[in-house]
Amino acid sequence: SREDFQRIPELAINPLGDRIINAFFPEGEDQVNFRGFMRTLAHFRPIEDNEKSKDQNGPEPLNSRSNKLHFAFRLYDLDKDDKISRDELLQVLRMMVGVNISDEQLGSIADRTIQEADQDGDSAISFAEFVKVLEKVDVEQKMSIRFLH
Amino acid sequence: LDYQHVQVPFEITLWIMLASLAKIGFHLYNKLPSVVPESCLLIFVGLIMGGIIYGLNDRSPPVMDSDIFFLYLLPPIVLDAGYFMPSRPFFENIGTILLYAVVGTIWNVFGIGFSLYGICQVKAFRLQDVSLLHNLLFGSLIAAVDPVAVLAVFEEIHVNEKLHILVFGESLLNDAVTVVLYKLFRSFCEMPTIKSVDVFAGVGKFFVVGLGGVLVGLSFGFTAAFTTRFTKDIRVIEPLFVFLYSYLSYLTAEMFHLSGIVAIISCAMGMKRYVEANISLKSHTTVKYFMKMWSSVSDTLIFIFLGVSTIGENHEWNWPYICFTVIFCLIWRALGVLVLTFFVNRFHVNTITSKDQFIIAYGGLRGAICFSLVFLLPDFHRKKLFIAATTVVILFTVFIQGMTIRPLVDLLAVKRKRESAPTVGEQIHIRFLDHLLAGIEDISGHWGQYYWKDKLEYFNSKYLQKILLREYDQPKSSIVLLYEKLERKHAMELAQAGQLGHSPAQPPFLSSDRTVITDQKLEDTLNPAVLDNIQEILARNLYRIRRTGPAYNRHTLPGDSEPAEQAKEILILRHKSL
Repeated sequence: SREDFQRIPELAINPLGDRIINAFFPEGEDQVNFRGFMRTLAHFRPIEDNEKSKDQNGPEPLNSRSNKLHFAFRLYDLDKDDKISRDELLQVLRMMVGVNISDEQLGSIADRTIQEADQDGDSAISFAEFVKVLEKVDVEQKMSIRFLH
Repeated sequence: LDYQHVQVPFEITLWIMLASLAKIGFHLYNKLPSVVPESCLLIFVGLIMGGIIYGLNDRSPPVMDSDIFFLYLLPPIVLDAGYFMPSRPFFENIGTILLYAVVGTIWNVFGIGFSLYGICQVKAFRLQDVSLLHNLLFGSLIAAVDPVAVLAVFEEIHVNEKLHILVFGESLLNDAVTVVLYKLFRSFCEMPTIKSVDVFAGVGKFFVVGLGGVLVGLSFGFTAAFTTRFTKDIRVIEPLFVFLYSYLSYLTAEMFHLSGIVAIISCAMGMKRYVEANISLKSHTTVKYFMKMWSSVSDTLIFIFLGVSTIGENHEWNWPYICFTVIFCLIWRALGVLVLTFFVNRFHVNTITSKDQFIIAYGGLRGAICFSLVFLLPDFHRKKLFIAATTVVILFTVFIQGMTIRPLVDLLAVKRKRESAPTVGEQIHIRFLDHLLAGIEDISGHWGQYYWKDKLEYFNSKYLQKILLREYDQPKSSIVLLYEKLERKHAMELAQAGQLGHSPAQPPFLSSDRTVITDQKLEDTLNPAVLDNIQEILARNLYRIRRTGPAYNRHTLPGDSEPAEQAKEILILRHKSL
C-alpha cells in the first residue's frame, strides 16, 4: 500500500516521491502486488542487444527506449491527456526548483521550455515532442539499473 | 651594458616571448594546426632552438631543470584542468577511471619492466648490466600517460565526452601510482637487500599517497571557499586566493611526498562550487582568463624545452633497447586496455565500444613528466641510455600518435562531441530523470550512483553550504541559472541589434499571462517602467551568473561558441507567437 512506500525515508525527501509512488499503482487501486511492482521496475532494465532480434511483430518489451520515455512522460502528465500542459510543467518545476523563485519567473521558464520543444504550436508538449527534446540524451543508459547482478 | 643584473628575468621573458610568437606563427597558417597538432610544432621549434644554441656554443644547451618543471610549469596546467573539469561525467565514470589509472598503470609498469629485462638478457644486445630493478624503475617512469600531452592532442579532436574524460581522468590520476612506484624502485636501488616487508610497505604507501593527496587538496579547497566568504569588501584580490590556495595544496602535498597532482585537482574541484558563488562576476572572469593564460604559457614552454633538451650529448644510442621500449609501450598499453575494459563492461550498463577502446589505447601519450623523471634519476652509468629511450618514446608518441589520431578518429567514425547549446528544457528533463532514478533506486534498495549523488547533495545543502557560502539564502538551482543566463544573453543581443527600442516582444520575465501579451500594441517607444524593470532584473542576474556550460576546452573559453543564430531564431519564434 502507499503507506509502505512512504515509509522509505529517502523517498520522502525526493521531490518526485509522490508521483513515483503513484506510478506503481494501476488505475484506482490502493494495493500493488508483486507482479505490478515488477512490471513497473521492469521499465528500468538495461537494454540488451539480443532482444532486437526477437520478433519485431510482437509487443515491444517494457524496457525499450520509447517505453522508458513513456514512463517518464506519464509522471509529468497527471491528467493523462497525452500532453504536458503548461500547468503540469509548472507543478513539476515548482517541486524541483524550490521555494525562492517567484511564480512569474517560474512561469517564464515554463514558457521557454514549451517554446523550445513545441513544434505543432499547441502550447503543450506532446509525447513526440518530448522524445525529440531528449533525443540527444542517452536515455537507455540513464534510465537503466542493474538489478540483481 | 649591465646584462648580469637582469640576466635571469630577461632570459625567462625571452623564452616566454618566443613561445607565444611561435604560437601566433602557427595560427597564421590556417591549414597547419589541423594537420599537425600544436605540441608537435612546438617541439619542432624547440629542436631548432636547441640546434642553434648547440651550434653557437658548441656544448649542450640548458636542459630543462626538473625542479622548474615540477614546481613552476606543471601546476598551472593541472589546476586549469581540475578547475574546468566537467564534474558530472567525471564522477559518473570515476570507477572506470580509477581502474584504468591504478590497475592499468601497474600492469604497464610491470609488463614493460619485465619484458625489457627479458630483452636485456639477450647477449647480442650488450645490455646485460642493466638489472631487473633498473628496468622496473625505467618502466615506472615511462608507463604513465601524461596529462599535458593528452590534453594538447585530445582537445583538438573533439571526441565524445565520455571517451575524453576517461583518457584525461586516467592521465591525471595515475600520478599517484607513478609517484609511489618511482620512489619505491628508486629506494630499492639503493638498498642492498629487499625484503617482502618492503614490498607491502610500498603497497600501503600507495593508499597513503593517493588518499593523502585528496585530503590535503580538499582541506585547502574548503579553506579557500571559507576565505572567500569574507572577501566582500576587497573584491580586487579575490582571484588571488584561488591561485594561492591551489598552489599551496600542491606544494604541501609534494612536501609530504604525497601526490601533488591529485591534491591540486581535488582542491580545484572542491572549492569551485563555493568560490564561484562567493566571488563577484569580474573576479570570476579574471580567474578564468588568468588560469587559461598561465596554463597555455606553461604548456608551450614545456614543449619547447622538450625540443631544446633533445639536442645534445646526453644520449647513448642503443637501438635495440630503444626500439623494443617503443614496441612494448604500445603492446602493453593495448593489452591493458583490452583486459580492463572487458572487466568494466561486465559491471556497467554503458559499455565502452571497441572503437573507443582503440582510441584509449592509442591515446596513451607520454610527455614531459617522463622526461623530467628520467633526469631525476641518480647517476649511474646507463642513465644516458634511459634518457635516449625516453626521448624517443616521447617524440614517437607525440609526433606519430598525435598526428595520426585525428585521421584515425575520422576514419573509425568515433562518436564525436555533440555540439549543441544547452536548452532549458533538456536541463529540466535531465534533472527530472535524476530525481526519478534516485527514487527508483531507493525503492529497489539499490545503491547506485544516483543514490550517492542524492546523499551528497543532501549533505551539501544541509551542512556545507551554510558554512562556506556567504549569502546562504537558498542558492538557485541550475535550471534557473541556465535560464537566466540564456535570457540575459538574448536580451543583450536584442539590445545590440537595436531592437529593444521598438520591440513588440514583451520582456519574457515579466509576462505571466498570454492574453495580456496579445492586448499590448506595438509601440515605438518602450514603456519606461518596463525598461527600468528590465535593467534592474538584468543587474541582479548579472551579479549572480554562473557558468553551466559544456565541457572544457583549453583554447577557446567555454561559452564563447554559443551561436547567436539560435537566439535570433527564438526571437523570431517569439515574434510569431505574438
